[in-house]
Amino acid sequence: MGTFCYFPHTGEDIRRMLDRIGVGSLDDLYADVPADFIYKGDYDLPSAMSEQQVREHFAKLAAENVRLKVFVGQGAYDHCTPAAIPYITSRSEFLTAYTPYQCEISQGTLRYIFEWQTMICRLTGMDCSNASMYDGPTAAAEAMRMCVASVKKRNSVVVSSGLLPNVRATILTYAKYEGVNVVVTSDVRAKVQELSSDLAGVIVPSIDRRGYICDHEGLAELVHANGGLLVEYCDPSALAVVKTPAEWGADIAVGDGQPLGIPLNFGGPYVGFLACRKDYMRKMPGRIVGQTEDAEGRRCFVLTLQAREQHIRREKATSNICSNQSLMALWCTVYLSLMGPEGLRRVNELCWERSHYLRDELLKTGLFEPVGEGEFIKEFVLKPHCPADRLMHALAAAGYFAALPDEDGNVCFCVTEKHGREEMDALVKCVKEAAL
Amino acid sequence: MRYYDKLIFELSRPGRSGFSLPEAEGGMPREGRLWRSAPAGLPEVSEPDVVRHYTNLSQMNFGVDTGFYPLGSCTMKYNPKINEEIASMPGFTGQHPLQPEESVRGTKAVYEELDRALAAITGMKHFTFRPCAGAHGELTGLMLMKEYHLGRGDLARTKVIVPDSAHGTNPASAACCGYEIVVVKSNSDGLVDVEALKPLLGPDIAGIMLTNPNTLGLFEKDIREIAALVHDCGGLLYYDGANMNPLLGVVRPGDMGFDILHLNLHKTFSTPHGGGGPGSGPVGVSERVLPYLDVPRVSGFNGNFTVMLRALAYILMLGRENIRMAGRLATLNANYVKESLKDCYKLPVPSVCKHEFVFDGLLEPNGTTTLDVAKRLLDYGFHAPTIYFPLLFHQAIMIEPTETESPETLDAFIDVMRKIAVEARTNPELLHSAPRTAPIGRPDETKAARQPILKYEA
Repeated sequence: MGTFCYFPHTGEDIRRMLDRIGVGSLDDLYADVPADFIYKGDYDLPSAMSEQQVREHFAKLAAENVRLKVFVGQGAYDHCTPAAIPYITSRSEFLTAYTPYQCEISQGTLRYIFEWQTMICRLTGMDCSNASMYDGPTAAAEAMRMCVASVKKRNSVVVSSGLLPNVRATILTYAKYEGVNVVVTSDVRAKVQELSSDLAGVIVPSIDRRGYICDHEGLAELVHANGGLLVEYCDPSALAVVKTPAEWGADIAVGDGQPLGIPLNFGGPYVGFLACRKDYMRKMPGRIVGQTEDAEGRRCFVLTLQAREQHIRREKATSNICSNQSLMALWCTVYLSLMGPEGLRRVNELCWERSHYLRDELLKTGLFEPVGEGEFIKEFVLKPHCPADRLMHALAAAGYFAALPDEDGNVCFCVTEKHGREEMDALVKCVKEAAL
Repeated sequence: MRYYDKLIFELSRPGRSGFSLPEAEGGMPREGRLWRSAPAGLPEVSEPDVVRHYTNLSQMNFGVDTGFYPLGSCTMKYNPKINEEIASMPGFTGQHPLQPEESVRGTKAVYEELDRALAAITGMKHFTFRPCAGAHGELTGLMLMKEYHLGRGDLARTKVIVPDSAHGTNPASAACCGYEIVVVKSNSDGLVDVEALKPLLGPDIAGIMLTNPNTLGLFEKDIREIAALVHDCGGLLYYDGANMNPLLGVVRPGDMGFDILHLNLHKTFSTPHGGGGPGSGPVGVSERVLPYLDVPRVSGFNGNFTVMLRALAYILMLGRENIRMAGRLATLNANYVKESLKDCYKLPVPSVCKHEFVFDGLLEPNGTTTLDVAKRLLDYGFHAPTIYFPLLFHQAIMIEPTETESPETLDAFIDVMRKIAVEARTNPELLHSAPRTAPIGRPDETKAARQPILKYEA
C-alpha cells in the first residue's frame, strides 16, 4: 500500500494498527457483516486514472459543450463575477470547514454569515434573515411551510402564476407531500378573497417571469385582512433599485442569490435567501447566526435560536434543513461588499439600457410583437411570428442562447451588463437570418 | 489564530467602491411607485479592503486543510485539489441550465458517468441529482417512498419508523413529507431491537429509515431479517447515506435490500463542506421505485452540478482498484483510535466499530464534561469530535477519523486525548476554562438566544 495519493497508510502502518486493535486483517474488521454482503466482484468502475488523465478526461467533456453567449435569464442570470470572489471563496479555511459547530475556531464563517444576514435584511428591508437556503425555489417552498406553521389551523397558500415555472414546481412538490393546499392563479387578489377562512399565505414575485416589475399596491392589506402572510420572491440584484418587500408590506422575502455574481454552473450551486419580519423569527428554517460576547467581553458570533432545528426538535423542527449553501452565501457577501450601493445600482442601469436597446431592435425587425406592458430591467418576452422552438435552436447553432420559449408561446430574452451593443447587434442579425 | 474584530460595514466610507464597470447612460428611472425609496445600506469599500477583510476572517477558521477534524457522522476527509480545478473549468461553469440539449452534451455525460459509477458502488439502479444536501436527499427519498405507495393505490401507509439513534434529520424529513414518526428503540448492543420492531410493523407503515452502520458506528448485522420483515409488511427500506464511508468499496446497500438511498457527495465522495454547503445529496433507487425517480421537483434546476464534477473526479482517481481500500482504511483508523483510548474514556458498546464510534465521556470526569474535553482539544490544535450526539448517551463523544488521516496524526490525537484525561483528574480547571488559545473564549450563548442580535446595526 501507500501507492494511492489520498491514503497515507503503508503496509507496515496497517500491520501495526491491526496489532493494536487485535485483529488479523482488514477484512476481520467486517466480521460482523454477513459474508455474502461483502462485495467480492470487481466494481464496475473505470481503472484508476492519474491526475493528468482525470484533467484530460474532463477537458474533453467540457469541449463537448458548446459555449453560447447567454441572452436568457428565467432564474439563472449571466452577470459578471469580480475576480476577487473566487480567490476568497477558495481559501481552504473557508472551503474545507464544516458548519461552525465549534464557534471558537469558526469565527470566520460565523462573521461572514452575520454579514450576509445583514445585507439580505438591508436589500429586502426585513428584520431578520437566516444563514441561507439551497436555492430560491426551495426558499419559496420553505416560506410556504412557514405560512402554514405561523397561521394556525389554516392550510391554503395562493401562488401567483407570474412566478418562474421552477419556483412554482418546487412549491407544489413540497406542498403535495406535506399536504398543503396550493392554488396557482393569475388573479391572486380574487383567490385571496375566495379562500379567506383557510388562507395561510400568498406568494408573489417582485418581478414576474416576463420581466415586469409588479405593482403590489394594497395587496399586503388585503392578504392581512384575510388572515394570511404575504411572501415576496425577489431578485436580490434588482432590489438595489426596485421597491422592497418591506415597502410593499410583505412578511417574508425569499429569492435566489445567483444574480449576485454566481456563475451559471448549469443550475447550481446557487444560494437561497429567506428573511422575515421579527414576529416570525422563531419560525424560520435553518441556521441563524447571532452576536454575543465571551467572558472577556470580546464581540463574537454563534449559531443561535437552535431550539427550532432538527438536531434538537427532530420531527417537531421548523424544517429538516441542516447544511445550506454557506460558501455561496460568502460568494454573494463578497460580491455585495465589492459592489456597494452604487455598483449594484450601476449593474441595474446597464441591464436596463441594454435590454431596452435589444427589445427595441428586435421589435424593429418586424418579427415579434410586444407582450403586456410595464417597467422592466433585464428580462423581457416577445411574441414571435415564427415557431419559437425553431428560433431558439437556430440561434444556438449561431452561438447564442436566446429566445427561450415560455409556457405561453412567447420567447424570453435577458440582457446583463456582460454584453454590449456590438454583441446585441450581432444577435439581432442572427435573429433575422434565423427567422427567414 | 488571531482575533480580528472588524465587520465589513465598519470599514465603509462614503464614496469608496470596489467595482469596475462602464459608465451608464442614465436612462433608467430613479423614482416612482415601483422603485426603491432609499439606497440599500451596503458597505462602501475598495477591493484591497475587501480582500484583506475576508482573508483576516478566514484566519479565524479551522478547516480540514488546517488540521485533524474528527467530527462524527460528517466524514471530514481530505478534499483533493484536482477536484477544484475540474469544478472551475469554464466549459462547465458557463453553461445555463436551460440551454438547448445539443449545447450541453459534455455536461450531460458527467451526469451519466456519475449515475453509472454511483449505481456500481451502491447497487442501486439510477440516481436523481436534484437534492442539494443530505437532508434534502432524505426528503426526496421519502417523497419517492410516498409515490411508490400512491402508485400502488395504497393510501393507508402514513407512518415511518426511525430508530432512536437516528440522525435528527430523519424524523424531521419524514415530518416534512407528511409522515407520522414511530420510534424503534435500540437494544443493549446498540442495534435496532428486532423484537421491538416486529409489533410496530403493519399496513400503516410506509417504511423504515436506517443508517448502516448506525450512528454508534455499529453494523446492523440483523439487516437481512429487518429487510425481510419490513418488505413482508409492504414497507420500503430507506438508507441514510451519511454513514456510507466505511462501506465504500466493501458493501453495497442495494445488496442489503434497501429500496431508496441518498448519498452525501460532500462526505463519502470527498467534496468540500464549504462551511456548511454547498453539498449534494443524490438519491438512488431500486427497480421497484425507479418509475417514480423523476417525479419530485425538489430544487430549481439540476442540483449542485459543480459538486458532482468534484465527486466524479474523485471516483475516477480512486478507480476500481483503490476504492476497495477506502472504507477499510476508514474502519481501521476508527478502531485504532477507539482501542487506544478506551482505558481513559467510557466505551458503552465495546464491539468492533466501522467508520466512527461513541464514547460516553471520560472514565474519571472529576467534574468535567464532554463539552470541556471538546474545548480543551481546540487548545491542542484539533477540531473537536461531534458531541452530545447520539442522544442515547448523556456525555456522547462521536469520533470519525476518516481514511485520509495518517497514523502519526492519529497518534498525536490519541496522545492529546490521554493528556486531557490526566488534566481532568489533576487540574480540571484547564478543561473548564478552555479554550485559551483560540481567538475567543467560550461565548455567552444564553445571551445570544435571549436577546437575539441577528444583523449589524451601527
